[in-house]
Amino acid sequence: MALMERVEVDVAVIKSAILISQRLLLVSTLLPLFLHHSIQAAVLATDRVDVLYHSYDGGGMKIDGPAVLLRKKATESVAISAYYYVDTISSASVDVLSTASPYSEERQEGQLGVEYLHDKTIMALSVKQSDEDDYLSNSVNFNISHDTFGDLTNLSLGFAYSDNDIMRNGDDLFQEHSQQYRIRAGISQILTKNLSINLNVESVADEGYLNNPYRTVRYLDASIPSGVGYQSEVYPNTRNSFSTKLSASYYLPYRAALFLHYRYFTDSWQIDASDVELSYRHPIAKSVELEFKVRYYQQTQASFYSDLFPHQNAQNFMARDKELSDFNDLTLGVGVTYLIPQKYAISDWRSEISLQWDHITFNYNNFRDPTADAALGEEPLYGFSTDVIRAFISVYF
Amino acid sequence: MISRLALARVLLAFILLNVGGCAQLPIEPWVKPYERQNLADPIMQTNRHPIANMHVAHVYEARESSRGSDGTGGGGCGCN
Repeated sequence: MALMERVEVDVAVIKSAILISQRLLLVSTLLPLFLHHSIQAAVLATDRVDVLYHSYDGGGMKIDGPAVLLRKKATESVAISAYYYVDTISSASVDVLSTASPYSEERQEGQLGVEYLHDKTIMALSVKQSDEDDYLSNSVNFNISHDTFGDLTNLSLGFAYSDNDIMRNGDDLFQEHSQQYRIRAGISQILTKNLSINLNVESVADEGYLNNPYRTVRYLDASIPSGVGYQSEVYPNTRNSFSTKLSASYYLPYRAALFLHYRYFTDSWQIDASDVELSYRHPIAKSVELEFKVRYYQQTQASFYSDLFPHQNAQNFMARDKELSDFNDLTLGVGVTYLIPQKYAISDWRSEISLQWDHITFNYNNFRDPTADAALGEEPLYGFSTDVIRAFISVYF
Repeated sequence: MISRLALARVLLAFILLNVGGCAQLPIEPWVKPYERQNLADPIMQTNRHPIANMHVAHVYEARESSRGSDGTGGGGCGCN
């Protein structure tokens, strides 16, 4: 049995590798097609610093903290960037309440990057570390993009590798490991003087310990009074996914912008997902910009997911993680940016202050609320809503 | 899977033929640099607020199974 699983996993990895290499070949074949049309040089992004406060509140979880992003050109062809982000988490979510105690923890993330511009090509290399009590992740990320065809077309390729150490609080002997590989390609095309579109594809391959070490599945157990037993989740040790995103940006004649995104996702755990987002940006006079967003997401459940298993060790792989269940969510968002008048600016630097608020509603179609007072397996389906707030200042210097 | 492989092969063959046969494409860039002021307007930048976009991507990646093609690099999510 174990041998059969291993063979299936190997076949999945090989198929994924073939798909990635075919898509890469397509893009690398496209690249020289446009090279001879070059006219104008690309430029690095403007120097800026952003300081942000973020907050997430919903479903029994409160997460907030600061973030800082700095970008600075060292020369006309080299730019450096630094990013620091903190999540302070206090959780009493439905997963925690059913089998464990509320907890609090902190996650810190740091990123350093360098960009190099040569003619019409930008190469970007960044390293990243994310650190929690029970999770340490180190990543390296490389991207290359090239303007071509009279700068109507931009082609990009990227690779990323992450190495993760997974621990479990309260269990010093628990030490697991996983790795993630990402490969992506994109094409951006100006179609008219008011319309541009983007097509991005990305393949992600994980291997190693992919479980959440705290979460459990529940199963029917007639031998105990409550009738329900709990055991640890067991996930496959590989996961391969592929996503495609199509975006369009349209300039409206009265100076406003309309954005449409559609993404399709599929993976080797049989999760199919898609999301569609429409956003609209509208300036008022010279100093205010309003932004409105609506986004809908839906996914099918993983092949090894069940809300309630019929007995202990019912399958080789088992999950009751609501993020792997069948669900949908809807985001309604609004944002405002205020361009600070020049007379209040520090050293004549252009500055903006922004506030964004997203309200997200999650509806689970096969995840029942185990804290509800109802017969086993007949509890109401779970759902929650959350408010996500970002307040930030951007200074261009 | 088979249909995807077949599609990729057809596309590849098509592109290879184009590279070989149409090295001098008759198509010229049709939107001139001086016609791009609308597209260059700051309100048209999808990454107008990069720090906010990174947070949005992080929230969705922690709550949804879908990942990739969102412009972020991946890594730990703090969502145990």
